[in-house]
Amino acid sequence: MMSTDQIKSKEPVIEINGLKKSFGEQEVLKNISFTLINGENIAVLGKSGIGKSVLIQCIVGLIHPDGGSIKVFDKNVADLNRNELGELRQKIGFLFQSGALYDSMTVKQNLEFPLRRIKKDLNEKEIEEKVNAVLEQVGLADALNKMPSQLSGGMRKRISLARTIVVDPMIMLYDEPTTGLDPVTSDEISSLIIEVQKKYKTSSIIITHDIKCARNTANRIIMLSEGVVYKEGVLADFENSTDTLIQSFFMHN
Amino acid sequence: MKKLNPVIKVKGFATKHSIKLSEKTLAKKELAGNFLTDLADVLLFINKIIRETFSRDFEFREFFRQCFQIGYKSLPLISITGAIIGIVLTIQSRPVLVNFGAVTMLPGMVAISLIREMGPVITALLCAGKIGSGMGAELGSMKVTEQIDAMEVSSTNPMRFLVVTRVWAATFMIPLLILYADGLGIFGSWAGINIKGDVSFVLFFSQAFGHVHFMDLIPAVIKSFFFGAVIGVVGCYKGYNAGRGTESVGVAANSAVVLASLLVIIVDMIAVQITDMLI
Repeated sequence: MMSTDQIKSKEPVIEINGLKKSFGEQEVLKNISFTLINGENIAVLGKSGIGKSVLIQCIVGLIHPDGGSIKVFDKNVADLNRNELGELRQKIGFLFQSGALYDSMTVKQNLEFPLRRIKKDLNEKEIEEKVNAVLEQVGLADALNKMPSQLSGGMRKRISLARTIVVDPMIMLYDEPTTGLDPVTSDEISSLIIEVQKKYKTSSIIITHDIKCARNTANRIIMLSEGVVYKEGVLADFENSTDTLIQSFFMHN
Repeated sequence: MKKLNPVIKVKGFATKHSIKLSEKTLAKKELAGNFLTDLADVLLFINKIIRETFSRDFEFREFFRQCFQIGYKSLPLISITGAIIGIVLTIQSRPVLVNFGAVTMLPGMVAISLIREMGPVITALLCAGKIGSGMGAELGSMKVTEQIDAMEVSSTNPMRFLVVTRVWAATFMIPLLILYADGLGIFGSWAGINIKGDVSFVLFFSQAFGHVHFMDLIPAVIKSFFFGAVIGVVGCYKGYNAGRGTESVGVAANSAVVLASLLVIIVDMIAVQITDMLI
């Protein structure tokens, strides 16, 4: 992981202010505000169902917030039209909790799919080289012609990560990248997250409730509770905290 | 001022009967509201399909892939069913026509009934089962496993890529499947006649097509396009709007078949009425 000192630029890439989102009567996000600085990794912790995934889905415009503002690269997401949102999304990589690999396509086709649509100037050879390079990076070069149904949970996550980084995103949003994986594979995914940060100079938001993953990958941690930012700080702030909720969260992990 | 003691107090009251009535009214209101909301959703969905169809980047590659999936992969089912309908129709009709001494009318009667009604409706119902449920289940499972969201965030319009291509592929391929089923049905009828008789291939076809007019074929072909569109729209609508749980995939597939089959019958009834008025 890049140290906080290494993140020299203090330029914000995502600014969230007073974000609100309700589903019917249920108020999920009441008032969320924080900033993601260029080059840093933020881990967002919180109990299941607290709205962590909703938060990052609001960032890419998959869910429309009820109030507040989200600025990505200084552009207010709510003000963008479909084409502008599409352009913005090209700079954001989203790793879904389930992997979300296209079942009807092979691994190669899964990787080529975003590449052909986003990097339209690449020729066939360059596409092939890029696909092979990212597969090599996630350690699954031999899975090129496999179908997603032939892959294990960990392999699916890695291929999904490869599909996300193949288009060189500037921001990465990870939705519970280690959930449902064994400890060894979880560590491998955490290492990949750090590798991606270093190699592609990405800024990331990592939604997780895996403290080990947060510890390994995050420069800063944000804890959500009751729809608001409960605590924000570096790992030491959380580990030294005497707050019952934070302690119980860290003790259990 | 001295406080007055009321002599009669009237409070709001409700009898059991009035409570039941209001509950029923509320339930009906909710039902009507749901129906109208669903109808508005479907109309908006169709509007989106039309708008996306005429957008700059039509997904031709995916459209042709869907044509192959819908058309070519349905051929075995349609072939067997088409041929069997022809044979069965012939075998069932023959005794009646023999009684009237009109057995020579058999090829023409079977050809007309196949082209005008049996071929289109039975093929469309089979397609509603195979293609409609397939679309409902495929898109439903893509929704549940976040594949549609993944497409959206990778700057691909899922409506254009998944829905528009499927709807147009169904609209174009189902009429072709229907014509193919008609042809095989007529061929099956020739085979059916030859079980108990000996009619040459040329004689059979000249008798069959001697009774078929151009205006028998045109309305059937036109309604076939509507059958295709209905099956495509319903299958995609149910799948695309499936819930987030895994059970919603089954619900989407099932409701796609039921609704598409029902709409095929309704469209057929309307088409028959219009044809009857015009011809």
